[in-house]
Amino acid sequence: MGNSYRVALAGNPNTGKSTLFNALTGLRQHTGNWAGKTVSLAQGDIQYKDKTFNLIDLPGTYSLFSNSSDEEVARNYIVFEKPDVTVVVLDATSLERNFNLALQVLEMTKNVIICINLIDVAEKQGITINERILTNRLGVPVIKISARNKKGFPMLLDTIDRIVTGAIDCQPVQTTYPDDIEEQIKKIEPKVSELIGNELSARWVSLRLLDGDENLLNEINERFGQKERA
Amino acid sequence: MSIQQLYTEAQQLSTAKLRDDIVQQLYERSHRLCAEGIKYTKSNRDTRTEKLDAIFTSPIFGFPIMLTMLGVLFYLTIAGANIPSSMLAEFFGSMEKYLTAFFSFIHAPDWVHGVLVLGLYRGTTWVISVMLPPMAIFFPTFALLENYGYLPRVAFNMDRLFKRVGAHGKQSLTMAMGFGCNAAAVISTRIIESPRERMLAILTNNFVPCNGRWGTLIVLASLFMAANFTGGLKSLVTTGVIVGIVMFGIIVTFFVSWVLSKTALKGIPTHYTLELPPYRKPKIFDTVVRSSLTKSWSVLMRAVKVAAPAAILTWVFANIFIGDTSILMYAVEFLDPFGKLLGLDGYIMMAFILGLPANEIVLPILLMGYLSTGSLTEVDSLVDLKQIFLDHGWTWLTALNMMLFSLLHYPCGTTLLNIYKETKSKKWTFLAFLIPTVIAILVPFIITQTVRFFGWM
Repeated sequence: MGNSYRVALAGNPNTGKSTLFNALTGLRQHTGNWAGKTVSLAQGDIQYKDKTFNLIDLPGTYSLFSNSSDEEVARNYIVFEKPDVTVVVLDATSLERNFNLALQVLEMTKNVIICINLIDVAEKQGITINERILTNRLGVPVIKISARNKKGFPMLLDTIDRIVTGAIDCQPVQTTYPDDIEEQIKKIEPKVSELIGNELSARWVSLRLLDGDENLLNEINERFGQKERA
Repeated sequence: MSIQQLYTEAQQLSTAKLRDDIVQQLYERSHRLCAEGIKYTKSNRDTRTEKLDAIFTSPIFGFPIMLTMLGVLFYLTIAGANIPSSMLAEFFGSMEKYLTAFFSFIHAPDWVHGVLVLGLYRGTTWVISVMLPPMAIFFPTFALLENYGYLPRVAFNMDRLFKRVGAHGKQSLTMAMGFGCNAAAVISTRIIESPRERMLAILTNNFVPCNGRWGTLIVLASLFMAANFTGGLKSLVTTGVIVGIVMFGIIVTFFVSWVLSKTALKGIPTHYTLELPPYRKPKIFDTVVRSSLTKSWSVLMRAVKVAAPAAILTWVFANIFIGDTSILMYAVEFLDPFGKLLGLDGYIMMAFILGLPANEIVLPILLMGYLSTGSLTEVDSLVDLKQIFLDHGWTWLTALNMMLFSLLHYPCGTTLLNIYKETKSKKWTFLAFLIPTVIAILVPFIITQTVRFFGWM
């Protein structure tokens, strides 16, 4: 099992996330037209070089503020199950809205790939995306693909491979908030670090606590409380 | 220090507008990223979807277009199903003669012929010839609309109305599912997060006719409501009546949702995001083949599976005599006074009770009941069918009442079972049975008594 890695797929609904999942794993799975409740997460394996990537299709969500159980499932998976790589699938034709989710994921975990899908449609509409600038601004690899035409898959798989082997070191650039919020974070963050160590991003947990995210609080209590008892 | 204490501390530091500031910051950064990393070279962005949405979701045209679409859908179904339906009925009718000849050739006892041919064969072939053609048209056409991207627009249009009655906007989607199958729609209410609004959607889903009831509605509407019209006009009038019935069902949905959200299920509707995906030209061949093969076939098989035992049971009841009256007749006579109050009769009430497992078999059971008592007619065509009804004192009022009862009455057995599985509550499952039943009794009762009072009938 030393060569097996978990790769989570996150993204807004209708970005072709499930199409990508099906194309990569060859596993048939229903793609709904509206966001439903994913009770169990679809999984499938890909063999790449000497490794096995276990792909996990998270529910499609617009954000990860745990407003709904879908968001909570996706959020908890990324934060607590700690996939080796999280691929955020974005719709190339409505990036401005889609980046919102990507930025939230960057706050939660380190190994992220931004995967811009539907690039063929975007090109037809005259949208040119400079992935180098975006990679530079975000601190993680940005890749353009077309899941429907199976374009850009080698690049995506190679990038996943290079992240898990450590050839690429992701340094997600954090979003800076207005001064008053940053100051509040500064007050809370050291205490969070002390309490939960390096398990979770202390900055992110601080933000969630400031935001009054009780669901996360319960989740942390449950998971870390159990660990202490064990 | 525990995480709980830290949370309390964080809450004291934090302000109410923190979430807004966070979200605003995220969007500003998204905007900057796009400004730096993306170039829009041509201005040929896809405006087709926006232009279409301006029409389909327009406050003025939205609803008329929806109604027209619904009408066209039903018209295609009704007009298109007519001929194949009667062809199938004729085919099965002529086959029956051979079967009967075969049974007398092998000197089979009368009761074997009765159970197998008059019960099982007639019952199931009736279900096939009445239901298969409309389903083979309705499902693919509906699937085309769905794949084109029109259904989310319907949800968008209906959202306001559902909000106003205190329900969830997504209820329009589960309601649309109900047109296919209420049992499946009850499961689809999982897309509604809030338990309160989900319960509203479950309790009212039954008020849209599922395909098991289309057969009944279409046959009765074309036999009695459009009796004085011929040709294309007949289908048009039938369509009008069906659209009216469906509209009434939707109004009842709103009314019941509203009453419940003011009483047993109080609360304010929650918000949700509904994405309107771009209009896509559906893969016509794929859609048609898949929906007619998989969906129509599975629904039909279910119908046949339930229809077969029910058909045998009905025949047995109709032919086991205690004294000189059959078991079926005892039940019919017992139910008759109550049925008459609603402008129906004992046979119809009997058919609805025996039809609890599946709505598909209500009409076949009714026919078997009628046929088992004297006036034995060969049902080769829809005209013969009407004669059977007329012989038992039917008028347009009987047909209308039966259509309304069919629209409003308790959910079928499968749906009730799913409601129990989804709600895990006997109380709510019972209410899901009780509410429609009470309404289904009240509406025909009021109509019948009004019509009789004014002497229109």
